[in-house]
This record gives sequence, structure tokens and C-alpha cells, in this order.
Amino acid sequence: MMDPAPVTAGLRRIGRKWKPEDAAHLLRRTLFGASRADLDHFSRMSPKKAVRELVYRQYPAPSPPLNYYNDDKYTDPEIPTGQTWTQALKFDGMNNGRRRNSYKSWWIGQMINQDRSIREKMVLFWHNHFVTETNSVDNARFCYQYNVLLRQYALGNFRDLVKAMTKEPAMLRYLNGAANTKKAPDENYGRELQELFTIGKGPGSHYTEDDVRAAARVLTGYTVNYKIYASSFDPRRHDEGDKQFSAFYGNRLIRGRKGPEGEEELDELVDMIFSKDEVSLFICRKLYRFFVYHRIDEMTEQEVIRPLAALFRKKKYEIGPVLETLLASRHFFDTANRGGMIKSPLDLTVGLCRTFNVTFPDGTEGADQYGFWEQVRGQAAALQQNIGDPPNVAGWQAFYQEPEYDRLWISSDTLPRRNQWTDKMIGNGLGRAGKKVQIDPFAMAAGLEAAEDPDRLIAAAVKTLYPTMPGTETLAFIKTNILLSGLAGMVADHYWTNAWLAYLTTPDEKVGKAIVQNKLKLLFKYMMDLPEYQLM
Amino acid sequence: MQRREFFRHGLSSVVLPSLINGFSIRALAANPFLQDEAADLNDPDRVLVLVQLNGGNDGLNMVIPLEYYDAYYAARSNIAIPRNKVLSLEGFPGTGLNPAMTALQNLFQEGRISIVQGVSYPQPNFSHFRATDIWLTGADAGQVLPTGWAGRYLHEVYPRFPLDYPNNAMPDPLAIQVGSLVSPALQGPALTMGMAISNPNSFYDLINDRPEAVGATTPVRAGEQLAYIREMAVKTDQYAGVIRQAAQRVQQQSDKYPAAGKNALADQLKIVARLVAGGLKTRIYIVSMGGFDTHARQTEPGDPTTGNHAKLLGKLSEAIGAFQDDLAYLRIGDRVMGMTFSEFGRRIRSNASGGTDHGVAAPVLLFGESVNPGIIGANPLLPDVATVRDNVPMLYDFRALYAGLLENWWGIDSLTAARLLGNNYIPMPIIRRSNAGGVEMNR
Repeated sequence: MMDPAPVTAGLRRIGRKWKPEDAAHLLRRTLFGASRADLDHFSRMSPKKAVRELVYRQYPAPSPPLNYYNDDKYTDPEIPTGQTWTQALKFDGMNNGRRRNSYKSWWIGQMINQDRSIREKMVLFWHNHFVTETNSVDNARFCYQYNVLLRQYALGNFRDLVKAMTKEPAMLRYLNGAANTKKAPDENYGRELQELFTIGKGPGSHYTEDDVRAAARVLTGYTVNYKIYASSFDPRRHDEGDKQFSAFYGNRLIRGRKGPEGEEELDELVDMIFSKDEVSLFICRKLYRFFVYHRIDEMTEQEVIRPLAALFRKKKYEIGPVLETLLASRHFFDTANRGGMIKSPLDLTVGLCRTFNVTFPDGTEGADQYGFWEQVRGQAAALQQNIGDPPNVAGWQAFYQEPEYDRLWISSDTLPRRNQWTDKMIGNGLGRAGKKVQIDPFAMAAGLEAAEDPDRLIAAAVKTLYPTMPGTETLAFIKTNILLSGLAGMVADHYWTNAWLAYLTTPDEKVGKAIVQNKLKLLFKYMMDLPEYQLM
Repeated sequence: MQRREFFRHGLSSVVLPSLINGFSIRALAANPFLQDEAADLNDPDRVLVLVQLNGGNDGLNMVIPLEYYDAYYAARSNIAIPRNKVLSLEGFPGTGLNPAMTALQNLFQEGRISIVQGVSYPQPNFSHFRATDIWLTGADAGQVLPTGWAGRYLHEVYPRFPLDYPNNAMPDPLAIQVGSLVSPALQGPALTMGMAISNPNSFYDLINDRPEAVGATTPVRAGEQLAYIREMAVKTDQYAGVIRQAAQRVQQQSDKYPAAGKNALADQLKIVARLVAGGLKTRIYIVSMGGFDTHARQTEPGDPTTGNHAKLLGKLSEAIGAFQDDLAYLRIGDRVMGMTFSEFGRRIRSNASGGTDHGVAAPVLLFGESVNPGIIGANPLLPDVATVRDNVPMLYDFRALYAGLLENWWGIDSLTAARLLGNNYIPMPIIRRSNAGGVEMNR
């Protein structure tokens, strides 16, 4: 399909000056939604500094998930309430499901409480790239260890990540690497290593079925040690024969090695794979689709993907410089790319919580905190993005399926559900044990400049909630039919102004408060029901 | 297809010209009305239910070649179904079913199942995602098609969709995916021809009367996305009503279904039966179940009749059994037909982790009162000593099955079918009393 709006700008860095909407564009793509405070924080910096802070600033690793799953039906005999289960030694059907849910809720909590860093988005990127499913790994401790690995390498070296992931217990279980032996090679990981993790299936990918089999033989011998929760290499299970690769890999022969040295064949295999430029191209295209736009036209391929891939190779597959260059580029900030992506369910659900600064119970109410995180996870799952359990080894379809890509998130089933989610959060909110988690419309409005002026209030809400400006007709409709309806005189701005100022003066006066609350709830509800809110 | 195999196992009933309302399909196909919406007047009611088995189903442990049992056992002794446990199929002593599939065995004896052996395509692909795309789009191994095979068919019948839709002739969705993302199989030239639902009662009323204009400053890319979302919102709204009405018209269904939540496929098929019986004119439903990528521990060690694959096949069988019972109960069994498919079969030889790696051909199951019952095609000839490279070879191209559906189920003429499928495939004789056999002999 021809791109009706080609972006001609390349990777040259944008200038030193930028507007708040430029910063908002950057934050929409690199964080799960941004609060007003986040926007103010970055808007004050130069774009270069903002991008560098997002990509390079180090934050401590999060504390591990805790046992808040004890209830009247079950008490974990090994792990006390409020303690982490991630070092637990006892594993059974009773505790595993609860720990797995704990892990997934905790992950959502990391997103909601993310640092001002691109890290959390990259953890999702790599989760979608190196897929494992908790259902299939079926051991919460391994699932958590896998998450730790994603965090450790999220902004690190991709080649090192590939090597580490190959030996990661969750992956050895998920793609049967642990069952891959010289007696009976299991090709699953050897195939996906090439097809999904490194070479990909782009136009320059020509590895063969024999390469899949040869890679599988190189990878024989890894096992999972369930006593120490780690992987190990068992030379007795390793295929010591030579492995011949195809012309695509320059007819490379990986000599079979005996004993513990057999493990070194992995290094050779990874080096051989990374000798192909296709690896850098494949990853850069995927990053581009994740952060910029789903369609890559010829100009983008030449002006963005290829130079980015060359930089990736030059930097020995360090992720940071690639992200920095892409996110600070004129191409990224080109007007044509604003609002061109449809929010993933996580961007929608977590993003709402962060944009509206929704308050969750803190760590002193751990059971409630995890309970509400779990509800957010469930919402995203109902919208077809269940963290920890992508639909299959290729990840979520919306990130790879041509030609629709992110449009796949929107169906006649999920679109109404998306509206139900935002309606719920501005309405009754999430409930649990008598507590509520919901949008505070007063706090949101008060944080927008000049809330007393209907036009400026709506303009500020538009800038916070939408990446693009709706038509004047829509703005007029919002003002007249939403914000001013029910107030006598309809179009008279000062009715709103008076109501708002009266509320500020006497915030506890019930009727006046209810008027303002209803107006604001209607305003935000309506704005989130419009399609513009689905974009980022 | 291979004619010899066709005659060997082919039609167990007499070949008659297929009749709809007293006209043969061919005659209808020549009728200009059939080319457009008026086609609905003639065959509005013929429904196809596609059951996608995600992951690559191990055909050899589903339809067991008793005829070559020794070679079968030698190739996969760690997961082989014991000979005396295999479910027999009346009239076909050389072939049997996995012991988990008792409901399907019953349906087979009642003449409501057709098994097509060895379905694949030339130069098979071993990647899940590519192979799935090939099946859904109907592409050649080396070809990438932007549209789905069913989407092309629907576009042929409803060329002006979505303009002027819904309308009196076709008030309902053209295709429905049960589950929340629309399948690429339903992708039409411009947009998807299908809609997705998970529970017909949970439809949400979208707000009407919203101003539609985008802002003057809206970038083109964002504008395209907005247009798409708006279109989806409008579609959702338009079809929500008819779907809810259809669901509400059916208050009672077969009691053979397992309890809700126990068998996801049965839950999906129950929705399908409800919507069909409720009067939707929707022609295609797609349902799916996952978990067939059985690289490891496909069966329980020590008892290959149990384990993961047996559970999956058991659910498949149970779901189809309940669905057929429901269709009969709702008196719509004669106009609904189902087909299972999976992106590939699995390797003849099992691996040491008690599973099977990606393979090539596998049987396809067709179910319904209108199928041509029995088994089409011979058991796969298994090598005495199977190596890791040995695969079940292709006997029939999957697009010949599609041709059978297009021509003999929906009455599309063979020229059009050939255009939709990119090649002139001889339609498989999968429909009872169809004239496919006669046509084949004349070609």
C-alpha cells in the first residue's frame, strides 16, 4: 500500500527547542502514559537531555513480588504474608497458581509505578520478543527470574541477551530446550532463535531447514536444575558431532566439542548468527514498529532502518544508542507520526491510571494493592493483552501481523470493552473490600491550567488526553453539550466559571460540588469515548 | 487429488446432482442473481464453521493408520496408541480414532463425519506463523497474499460491502469470529469482512450522534487510524442489535454441552449454534482452540491414551458432539457444516521428550449432516524405519477442500472458485449427494 503521508525526515537530531506537545509525544511512546508532573519535568529540558534521561538514567531494580495471596482458603506454609516468595523452595499446585498471579499483578504494579525511564516499555518489548507464557512455563519462580533477566538486559546488549535467554530456565521450558538432546534433537528453540529472535523473516532472511536442525544440535545439552532453580549444561546430552550450516551462513561449520566445552558452541552459533546484517535490520524494524509507526515504506527503510541497523552493529549491539538516536530524531518527531499508533491494552489501561494520577493503596495495604493491580491486569487481558501470557511464541499479533498491526487491538468486541473500561474508571471505579480506585475528576481539572475557562479547560484536556486536535465541531459539541448542558443559558461560559470558582471557594458545599463533579465526569467520560483517546 | 484414492475410499453414497430448492447447484451458479446479493434468496442458509486447531495437530495420533500399525508403532513407540485401544471406524478396518474421541466415533457411525487424509500443500512450510498464513489466505508456499480465502469469497458475494451494509438483503454480519480478534482468513481487499464477538449478550451500546469530523490539523496517519476506529464503532453498533436479537430468540439448547468454562471450544460452538438458530444470515463462523504444538510430553508416559494431546482431542470431540446434537435439536443440522484444520501435522517419528516436531500433512475432519460420510484418501504409507526427516506426505491440497466448499456448499461456479483460489483445484467430494464426483469424471 502506498503511504499517503510519507515522512521524509531521517535520523538527524531535532533542534534544541521543543514545545510541550513534542515532549508529550515522546512520553506517550516511551512511558505508559504520563502525568502532568512527568510532562513538566521533561518539557523543561532540551530534547536531547530528555531522551538521554529516559534511555540512560539508572534506577534500582524493583523489589520482588510478595505473598499477599494468603486468604481464608489457603495459607502458604513456607512464605509468611508480606514476604517474597521468589526464593521459595517448595513448589506445588496450590502455591504455584497464586504466586503466578502475584507475579503478574506485581508486573502491572511496576508499570503503574514506573520510573521516568523507557525501561518498563522495553521490558514489555522484550517480553513480546522473547515470549514465554506463564501458563506453559508453569513455575512462578522461573517466570520471575525471566522477568529479572528482561530488566537486566532491557537497555543493555542484545547479543548478550540472546545468549542469556537461550539458557534461561523459563525459556528452556517454554521452547523445549531442556528436552533437546543428542538422542532426539528438539528443533523448537533452534527454529525460533532464528525465525523470531534474531534473523527474522525479512526479505534478506534465507536460513534453511537444515540450519534449524544444525542449530538445534548445537543447543543440545542444556537442562533445568529444579533444586537450585538454574539451568546447567550436561555434556552427556550434548551432540558432539560437527554442525554444518548453509550458504546463508557462509557454509560455516561449527566443530563439535566434547565435555563441558560443548557449551562454547553456543557462543560460536550466536556469533555466526550475528555476523548477518539481517539481525540488526530485523530488530531495528521491530523497534521502529513498537515506538514509531507500523508501516515501513522504502524511504523509511533507507533513511531510518538501515542507518539505525548500521549503528546497532557499530555499537556491538548495544540497545541504548539505537533508542537514543531513533527517539531524538526528526523522523520520530515529524508531525505525520503524531497519533499514528493505536494504544495497546496496556497503554490504555495503565496509561489511564498514570495520566489521571489514579491513587492505589500503598505497600501498607499489600493485599489491596495487589488486588487492584490484578484488576487492571484483568482489564488488559479482556482487551486481549494478558501480561506474562502472550497468545503464542510470536507475541501479540498487533505487533507483527500485516497489514493490520495495531488495528487488530480494535474489534467489534474490544472497542466497546475499551469504552467500558474508561467509563468505569471515571464512573464507579474499581472496588475491593470497601475500597475504591478511580479517577478524581477534581484533581485532574485542577491540574489543568485555567480550569475556570471552558475553552481553555477543554483545550488543556485535549492536549493531555489526545495526541491530535479534534475538529472544531467536536470541540464545540463537547463544550456545549457536555460541559454546559444542564447549566442554564447553555452556551454562557460564565455559568461554568461561576460553578468552578464556587467549588474552589467552598469545596464541601454538596450541591455545588455535585454539579461540578457531574460536569467533569461527563467531560472526561465523553472525551475518553471518542476514538482520539485510542491513539497515542 | 489422486483419483485412485478417491475411488478407493470415496463416496459411500450414490452420486446425485445436488439440489437446492429444486435447482441444481450448477444451474443456480449460472443464474445471474447468484452473482450478487440476490444469492441470498437461493442459499442464504448454508453456514460454514471453521475450527482452527492452533499449533499443528498430530494427525497420526488422531486418525491412526491401523493398516500400518507396526510401522506406526516403530516410529513412535513412546507415544503410540495401543492397537486395542484405538476406536474402530465402521467400514474402515484399516483406520481408527484416538480413544479420547468417542463422540466423534459415534458421529462417524451415524454418517456425520468425513475424514480427508493427508491434507497439505506443495513445499510445506514448518513455521507456525507462515504456515498459518498460508492456510488462512490460501496462498502457495512461496506466495504472500494480502487477503484471506474466506474474505475473498465474501467479497465476491458482497462486492459493495461495507457500503450500504447492513441492508434488507443482508442485515447481519457476513462472518463472525468467536473470540476477540478477527482472523486474517476474513481479510477482504480493503478491510476485514468479519466481526468478532466473545459473548453476544455483553454487547455494549455505543453512543450515537457524535460529531465525526477530524481536526484540520490531524495528521494523515492518525486520521486513517481514527477513520478505522470510527468505522468499527459504527459496525459494532449496527450489528449489536441483530446479534442480540438472534441470541435472544434461542432460549434453549442441547443439554449435551459441558458446563460453561470447562471446554472453551464447546462454549464457542454453543454461541455459533445459538446465532445460526436465532436467524442470522451470517455465512462463516470461525472458532479456535490452542495447545496443539506438542513438542514434549504429548502423552502421559506409561499411558499414551492420556495426556495433553488426548485432552485436546477429547475436548474437540466432545465439543463437536455436543454441537451436532444441538444443531439437530435446533433443527438446523442440514445447513451447517464444519471443518477442522491446523497449520500442519507433526513428524512421523516422535522425539525423546515424548512429543513430536513440526510436520507436513494431516487429516481434516468435516462434520455435519451434509458431509459425504466416510474417509477420503488412503492411510499414509509409513516407512519401516522412520527417520527424523520422514513426513506424512501430501495427498490432497487444502485448497481443493476450499474448492469443494465454494463450489458444492455455496454453489460458486468453478471459474469463479478458480479465480478466488488462484488455481483450478478439483473440488473435493466432501458434500453428500453433491455432483462433484460426476463433474470430476467429466473434466
